Amino acid sequence: MELVTLIGAITVFILAIFLGFELITKVPATLHTPLMSGANAISGITIVGALIFSNTDFNGGDPGLAAWLAFFALILATINVVGGFAVTNRMLNMIAGKRGGK
Amino acid sequence: MDEAVWDIGYLVASILFIMGLKKLGHPRTAPTGNLYGAMGMLVAVVVTIAQMDFGETNNFILIISGLVIGGFIGYLMAIRVQMTGMPEMVALFNGFGGAASALVAASEVFRRINENDLPEGLELHVAWTAIGLSALVGWVTLTGSLLAMMKLKGGIEIFGTWYRTPTWGPEWLNYVKGFVLISIVGLLYMTIEEPGNQDYVIAIIALSSILGILFVLPIGGADMPVVVSLLNSLSGIAAAFTGFIIGNNVLIIAGSMVGAAGLILTNIMCKAMNRQLIDVLFKSFGGSDKEQVTRTKVGSDPEEVAMVCDGISKCVIIPGYGMAVSQCQHQVREFADILEANGCEVKYGIHPVAGRMPGHMNVLLAEASVPYEKLIEMDDINSEMGECDVAIVVGANDTVNPAARSGEGPLAGMPIIDADKARVVIMVKRSLSVGYAGVDNDLFYEDKTMMLFGDGKQMMTELVASLKDL
Repeated sequence: MELVTLIGAITVFILAIFLGFELITKVPATLHTPLMSGANAISGITIVGALIFSNTDFNGGDPGLAAWLAFFALILATINVVGGFAVTNRMLNMIAGKRGGK
Repeated sequence: MDEAVWDIGYLVASILFIMGLKKLGHPRTAPTGNLYGAMGMLVAVVVTIAQMDFGETNNFILIISGLVIGGFIGYLMAIRVQMTGMPEMVALFNGFGGAASALVAASEVFRRINENDLPEGLELHVAWTAIGLSALVGWVTLTGSLLAMMKLKGGIEIFGTWYRTPTWGPEWLNYVKGFVLISIVGLLYMTIEEPGNQDYVIAIIALSSILGILFVLPIGGADMPVVVSLLNSLSGIAAAFTGFIIGNNVLIIAGSMVGAAGLILTNIMCKAMNRQLIDVLFKSFGGSDKEQVTRTKVGSDPEEVAMVCDGISKCVIIPGYGMAVSQCQHQVREFADILEANGCEVKYGIHPVAGRMPGHMNVLLAEASVPYEKLIEMDDINSEMGECDVAIVVGANDTVNPAARSGEGPLAGMPIIDADKARVVIMVKRSLSVGYAGVDNDLFYEDKTMMLFGDGKQMMTELVASLKDL
């Protein structure tokens, strides 16, 4: 990694933190759990890393320790993502579904 | 085509995440927000797979099967979970997310060590620091979340009788936690000095796992929502560090954004409970010296209560965790329907931390088709309590305990619903025992209070039957 890439990444990191602080201001108590659950599903973005490292050659049939770890990470991340969004959706439907809206 | 073009796809995903998170914070737009988040994730996954070079071998097998297995399990868990189990589920998913980040970091470090593909100079520092931090935060999130989940599940209050998962944390434990953290940072430094030695990596993983347990162990069950929210923030940070490992901006953006937003949410939740985050994390309280109940109170039976409820004009129902445990929201609704048919105004007073997670009661009552407009937040209902004829407390205790106003004890300063201002208070509860905070409740012993001792579902069913018989 070159220095310029690193500084670019750190810039993005810091700015996104500020963005996160500003994004959530007043949240009604009703939405605390769904919001937490939805944010949690988004943090499953680590699935991208798991995907990249799961893409390994099977040299002689055994992908090796690193690939198995990545594979396991992929399963967990997918559970996090799919389960997270589905559960959030279920909660929100129950809350919002009863107000005559959609 | 330049590979950097793919990054536009990641940019789209990032924008969807930002808009999604923003919309999730408002009641009307929340479902759209969730959809945006899911779409962003889909875009990110598709872009990642699309730019992969699979070569001639069949190495996509791991990817396909990982996605299918994970997706299947996740979907099944999400569909089958009971609404009462929702808090545990969020904690568990959160732990999985943290573990995934940590495993990605471990995968990278073991690959590089095994293939002797060790980076040098700046890259070594960046990669190994990111891997170390990702491992630290990821494993802490995993073990912390698992313990939090067991506390939410095991530390169950069944109408006042409470069993807790071990909560233990003397003052000195904080120093131990500090020492473990410093050791991990030291190990991190050593991995950079000696990048080929995987013993250090294993030591980091082990110590981080222990740290996660030590971190959550002293925190009482009632504070678990705050802890889960904080761990959620941590799992975002872990994902951001993973982004540094693979040099991918979408991970850095989504991860740090969730980390920061999670911290804000944690703070909002602390405020709702009138507690300081620092106190929650490092000062354990309650439970240990719980007061013995020495006073007694004669219980009432459903017929009596039904007679009291006959002809009233305003009733406020205050649900708590007991309603969630006994799953009596439908009976509660039925009870409210009968009252309304007799011309009584029925509202629900929702304490911000009723149940085990904010919003818990709203979800349960929504499941029983209670109209949203009838669920009133604490501050708004309190101004109406004075004109309320009957307040029915279903399986709640601490959230209506007047002791909170006294400014002493573990409940000091916690805002409560002023159930005691109603003309008659009816408490549906297993026994007179103390609630989560371990404080005796004076409200039980007041003359205007009627206790309905028993399981929420059974009591509400009998109450409904008695009302019909009138």
